[in-house]
Amino acid sequence: MRLYAGIDIGSCTTKAVVIDQEGNMVGSHVRRSGINYQEAAREALDIAFGGRGWDGIAIISTGYGRHSIDFVSEAKTEIACHARGGFAHVPQAMTLVDIGGQDSKVIKLDDQGHRIDFKMNRKCAAGTGTFIEEIAAKLDLPLDLLDGMARKAQKRVKIGSYCTVFASTEILALIRAGVSPEELVRGMFESVVDRVMEMVPIADLVLLCGGVVQYNPIVADIFKARISGEVIVPPHPQLTGAYGAALFARELVG
Amino acid sequence: MEEIKRVEIKAAKQLRALMAQYFLEMDEAVKTKSKKIAWCSSVGPAELAQSFGFLLYYPENHAAMLGANRTASDYIPIANAHGYSPEICSYLTSDIGAYLKGETPLTKAYGIQKIPKPDVLLYNTNQCREVYDWMSYYAREFKVPILGVNTPRTQREVREDVVKAAAAQLEEMVPALEEVAGRPFDIDEFRQSLAISLECSQLWEAVLDTALARPCPITFFDACVHMGPAVVMRGRKEPNDYYRILLAELKERVDQGIAAVPGERHRFYWEGMPIWGKLRSLSELFSRLKSCVMVSTYCNSWVFSDFDPKDPFQSMARAYCSIFIGQDDTFKENYIADTVERFGLDGILYHDAKCCPNNTNNRYGMANRLRERLGIPYLVINGDLNDLRCFSEEQTVTNGEAFVEQIEELQ
Repeated sequence: MRLYAGIDIGSCTTKAVVIDQEGNMVGSHVRRSGINYQEAAREALDIAFGGRGWDGIAIISTGYGRHSIDFVSEAKTEIACHARGGFAHVPQAMTLVDIGGQDSKVIKLDDQGHRIDFKMNRKCAAGTGTFIEEIAAKLDLPLDLLDGMARKAQKRVKIGSYCTVFASTEILALIRAGVSPEELVRGMFESVVDRVMEMVPIADLVLLCGGVVQYNPIVADIFKARISGEVIVPPHPQLTGAYGAALFARELVG
Repeated sequence: MEEIKRVEIKAAKQLRALMAQYFLEMDEAVKTKSKKIAWCSSVGPAELAQSFGFLLYYPENHAAMLGANRTASDYIPIANAHGYSPEICSYLTSDIGAYLKGETPLTKAYGIQKIPKPDVLLYNTNQCREVYDWMSYYAREFKVPILGVNTPRTQREVREDVVKAAAAQLEEMVPALEEVAGRPFDIDEFRQSLAISLECSQLWEAVLDTALARPCPITFFDACVHMGPAVVMRGRKEPNDYYRILLAELKERVDQGIAAVPGERHRFYWEGMPIWGKLRSLSELFSRLKSCVMVSTYCNSWVFSDFDPKDPFQSMARAYCSIFIGQDDTFKENYIADTVERFGLDGILYHDAKCCPNNTNNRYGMANRLRERLGIPYLVINGDLNDLRCFSEEQTVTNGEAFVEQIEELQ
């Protein structure tokens, strides 16, 4: 079986995806990126290949660490790879939203899958996974409880700051005002969606990708409530970039 | 990553010598008290001061040096601590911070211990109010006269009454300049200074116009360095001699097909200020992407076609009222659209400079309007002219690469 791989070295996690000639995902792995990207990438690929060995296999790297590893065939931006991976899942004109650890991306695709525009968040981490982790730490809440808590919120509280530090201060003020932890967590997720909606007008079909949506499906529900178009979450939203990279690897070989 | 071997511009050697001559001459004049020194905003009334025999020093040029050698970030916090906000012009804050610390990049570059003490301070608010605030600081520090022209901004058109008012303000400066200079005004000297400056402007424009060629022989990043003499020595003959040398070399490069970016595939516009501390890395990034960032409104800002030695006050006023930064968005939009078409550009890079709203043109919808009008994409690069705390290298690289990928995909 001929195999191809994509490795997405993000600011928080490294994702490896292995596909076959038909584009079926035959292996994957996600781990923390840590500080040694080479090691993280090698280990993720080893596990994704299931111990089969991957010498001579076409691999495309993407993500912030894409230029930091020396054993891949080529590097492509996460914008390109998300677009490629997302369009493979939903081959229509759409807006792809990726909420990652360090940045959020909004990519507009035409009906051929060509990127016609893209935007990334500004330098502040508000609206990203790092923001969620920071607020959870401030509230002393485990990350895996957040989605469930947010669903129990009775009313919406607004966290308006587009600076993570100011948002934390806002949350302290809300705690003093007696807002429940459930409402704060819900407000935090709403704020993540707000930050994305500020980047470009979004009304059409939306494909939601990235780790934040994978672990917190409520983000997709908030999107659905906000926009008129359809909102789709692929089966492995966190792997969209790595999957796109693997598809590029397949094209590279031809 | 692929390393790109560029053919360097040979005239850079003469450029370095000329800039050294400019600063050393001024230092000598200060030490020997042989000539008086006027500090001037970059598009201030230089030619008028020149006619009185002042040597001209430009705080903006000094600030750009602080940016280029990446020491600005050390000095900005000092000015912040003295009440100058991190939200305002980082040229101003880095320059005042360096002054407060008693340091200058001229020491390392030319062995000059101190910036030259001014005898008079000159400004024109045609570019921003900050130049006035900046000069006002030094007026208080050095207790010297501050003279200037207050020009309206966001102009729908350059009206004759505005030109007349600016010309009147220039004429009003004459008695005060006579007093500081200790010599009477000579209109023929003024006409001559203006004529020389006009020639400099024409030569600089011809240099920038060599970018019409395919491949382009000079990048925006090169031009930011080579514009130095047109900024600080206009009105004198030396820059004109220099630009004749540079122009000849660039024409030769065009004839021989020598590209500023080997394998040029894309041609981009840079809108806004340079990111001085990142000129090299941005130049390398776009070279690697086979993209020549080649035209800018910034470098074009030292083209003053309206100068007319026969009518020096009025024409100088018109030229300085007509600069790009002083006009409204309709003018700017048309200007950029015309330039994009003239140079056959594939994309526009907008530098959103955190501290410089006056020279940042993507904040009021213009980028989207021009994309619709011209059918070419744009990219916003968040940064700042001098404050590198506002710039993310990683984000910029990813954005730059993704922008070129997008263009190539659509082609």
